Amino acid sequence: MIRLAGEHGLLVETGSLELSHRLDAALRRERPDRVVEIVPGPGTVLVVAPGGDRERLRERLADVLARERATTLAAGPAAAAPVVTVPVVYDGADLEPVAELAGVGVDEVIARHAGRELVVGWLGFAPGFAYLTGLDPVLHVPRLGTPRTSVPAGSVAVAGPYSAVYPSASPGGWRLLGHTTLRVWDVAADPPSPFRPGTRVRFEPA
Amino acid sequence: MIEVIAPGPYATVQDLGRPGFAHLGVPGSGAADAASLKLANRLVGNPEGLAGIELTFGSARLRFLTGAWAALAGAPLPAGPVRGAAMGAPFWVPAGAELRLGAPWRGLRTYLAVRGGIAVPPVLGSRSTDSLSGLGPEPLRAGTLLPVGAAGGGLVADFAPLPELGPAVLRVLPGPRDDWFVPEALEELCAAPYVVSQDSNRIGVRLRGPELVRAKDGELPSEGMVTGAVQVPPSGQPIVFLADHPPTGGYPVIAVLRAADLAVAAQLRPGDEVRFTIRRGR
Repeated sequence: MIRLAGEHGLLVETGSLELSHRLDAALRRERPDRVVEIVPGPGTVLVVAPGGDRERLRERLADVLARERATTLAAGPAAAAPVVTVPVVYDGADLEPVAELAGVGVDEVIARHAGRELVVGWLGFAPGFAYLTGLDPVLHVPRLGTPRTSVPAGSVAVAGPYSAVYPSASPGGWRLLGHTTLRVWDVAADPPSPFRPGTRVRFEPA
Repeated sequence: MIEVIAPGPYATVQDLGRPGFAHLGVPGSGAADAASLKLANRLVGNPEGLAGIELTFGSARLRFLTGAWAALAGAPLPAGPVRGAAMGAPFWVPAGAELRLGAPWRGLRTYLAVRGGIAVPPVLGSRSTDSLSGLGPEPLRAGTLLPVGAAGGGLVADFAPLPELGPAVLRVLPGPRDDWFVPEALEELCAAPYVVSQDSNRIGVRLRGPELVRAKDGELPSEGMVTGAVQVPPSGQPIVFLADHPPTGGYPVIAVLRAADLAVAAQLRPGDEVRFTIRRGR
């Protein structure tokens, strides 16, 4: 289903993160006329095209969605997206509480966090803040009861089914496992973030 | 160069924002009432997208260290003692003169354009202050020095009469998540006026009034949000998203403002009453 989001926006329901990423990638390759924003979410892609012909765009989106859905069914997982390796010093303030909540040792928390490939689901909350999906279920822990007023840039954290790297200093309630020296937000770089929806991410003990 | 002597309650540099980065978590930002910034720029012969100053509730004092053509649009306010300084027409500010701007007698945001534009360094292609993420220049404070860009082309004489003051009405299109609410909710939204809350800012206009009742419980997965979205948190009290809104959000959007009415929303003051009206179709 494609829903109207005002005069210039269309919200495409994909029903899955995987299909959101495929549609996002296809629309960036074949960018339809006047499209200025393509914003994937876990079950949707928002497309904003000021001043465009909305009905034509809607037809085009329906075509691309159908094609990408068929490709997903035929070909399985998406073709190789870029992989970003994030070196982590596992010295976070919440490492032990997370181990306790998970019912495992600290070493195992590290092994499970660094031991699998995560995928950038979407970005939000702050510029460059990527929600990384695919976290080991043992590490799914609740957020802090009271958020910290300031979390340093580069903090590597988990909350619920997600992991993230704080791109800049900000308040935050995620549990801190460690930190990285990799800059994940730099307005002078092009692109300013190594992450975009669909990017694969591997944490590595530094 | 312009020296800020007093910025008033809240003043920032704004152009038309930084579109194209929402998927990286970057708000669009830019002038809350873009139509007024564009008008002010046209009045001084600038391209519409050059950066100007967005004043919130006026009350600013600016010293022009170099002479420049300037123009004011948006919320009308008294300007002086510079000769000819007034809303809706270009005026010359001589080098060394101080431009004093009072409080607007209606509306909230006034735009000052100077010929050549405010030339602070751009961040991701825009000179706008993004109040949500902190990108762009700091909000203006006493002592801030603002460089002015080089003027190009001829000055086009222009005059813009102030728009008539009508009742504040926001025309909306339903959706994209109107089906998360009871069937009467859209009528409820349009039935009685809402009052603008003190908590409103460049991120959104928070409203108090009839409670919009949800038909679906549970969480909507995070999804992209457009400027002008009328988002409804669990309180049932709507928020109209302005320029600095987060690019994604998890509360359902019952309706979206017509693009032309973003300027109306951006000029609402705390305490103002505003009505919604539905226009279905195009």
